[in-house]
Amino acid sequence: MQPFSYARAADAETAIALVRERADAAFLAGGTTEVDLLRQNVLRPGLLVDINDLPLSGVEDLPGGGVRIGALARMSDVARAPGVSERFPVISQALLLGASAQLRNMASMGGNLCQRVRCTYFRDATSPCNKRDPGSGCAALEGINRGHAILGTSDKCIATHPSDVAVALVALDAVVHTRGPAGERAIGIDDFFLLPGDTPEREHPLEHGELIYAIEVPATPVARRSVYLKFRDRESYEFALASVAAAVRIEDGTVAEVRLALGGVGTKPWRARRAEASLIGRPATGASFAEAARQELAMARPRPLNAFKVELAQRAIVRALTTLTDGEPR
Amino acid sequence: MGREVAAPPDVRGPVVAAVVLVVNGKKHEVPLEPRVSLLDALREHLGLTGSKKGCDQGTCGACTVWVDGRRVLACLTLAVACEGREVTTIEGLSSGGDLHPMQAAFIERDAFQCGYCTPGQIMSAVALLEEGHAGDDAQIAEWMSGNICRCAAYPNIRAAIRDVRDAAGGER
Repeated sequence: MQPFSYARAADAETAIALVRERADAAFLAGGTTEVDLLRQNVLRPGLLVDINDLPLSGVEDLPGGGVRIGALARMSDVARAPGVSERFPVISQALLLGASAQLRNMASMGGNLCQRVRCTYFRDATSPCNKRDPGSGCAALEGINRGHAILGTSDKCIATHPSDVAVALVALDAVVHTRGPAGERAIGIDDFFLLPGDTPEREHPLEHGELIYAIEVPATPVARRSVYLKFRDRESYEFALASVAAAVRIEDGTVAEVRLALGGVGTKPWRARRAEASLIGRPATGASFAEAARQELAMARPRPLNAFKVELAQRAIVRALTTLTDGEPR
Repeated sequence: MGREVAAPPDVRGPVVAAVVLVVNGKKHEVPLEPRVSLLDALREHLGLTGSKKGCDQGTCGACTVWVDGRRVLACLTLAVACEGREVTTIEGLSSGGDLHPMQAAFIERDAFQCGYCTPGQIMSAVALLEEGHAGDDAQIAEWMSGNICRCAAYPNIRAAIRDVRDAAGGER
């Protein structure tokens, strides 16, 4: 780990100014990704600005049914906030299926959105990696890529976005509120995550010194009946091979409203809009679910080692929708 | 990059600077670089070697301590970031010569073989009961999944946790 300087900011303006004035400065929140990657020499900041004293850890119910989650709220606190677990069970479930109890006590929600990929070639600090060292190539393309993405990939990067809760937030059209040198702005969460394309080093539209201060989830009545399913190599404390955030409302046996997003298979948390469009107005049956899943995964670009994810993701979608609609009159 | 600016007074490092840590109720002033982890500060600077370094990358749980009463990983925590917070390690768990009930239960249930993961397991287990996540074995297993035991003493670890839970009159 390279030596670096440290400052603890008491307010957002100071924190932003401190990061802003040095090109090699970075914010420090929960540190669960950052300290790990500092030690691997993947990140080499000259100054860390600790933002943990900023008053951004609240979880506030909004009138009308939404919720506003402070950027420094910890995963464990958000998961058990009644306004989250009752209105958006999919968020609580996704949080509690991620990481471990200790990491969930540390990791902030803003940091969760900014966490880096788990691709071993990115993390080893030596392999060619366009994300870590733009233009150096991608060792994962022909390497061990069993855990890599099949949706949203490019010939520059196929790393999977690792977050669980971001999948739920993408399904719910959350909004990321930031404050930066140019003032405040609101970024729709689907636009917050960038596809790798030709610039995999750019993962989100934040400017240097721009700070996430809240994540707002709009009122979404359909989410009261929602689920997060996660499939992985072991039962706990592991990243997803495929996961699904789903919410659905059935009327007279047909799908009236549906939200679907996939984790573990995309280079960003993947909103399954094709599947959603396919489902609206269709009977809530296994056949409709399977057809919707097929349409979503039709654009998958698997590699030999991760080709199994195409089928796994489809089955995960069907399972999630079946779980939610079990007992509904057909 | 590396441009020297008029640093506000609270920018420290990258060289050694005094860090005030409160560990197990005792205040220490330790000369540390900002890059030093809480785990290394405890083990190498304060002589508190109960917290173990297993993976040093946040995957094994052997370094589990409490910061402000919550179980966290000392290897992914910077020591300097703990200024103003209360750190509790396995050394601070017992009072005087008496073992904490969880320590006694681990011995009673033989909840280890090599013992390397044990301090982290115990710090996690006590927190687990405080959190109310020890309802049944499945819940214990899920909420203890951040503590790996290479010797696979898991059944005995769960038994020790059940004993303490039940002796305390059920889950809190």
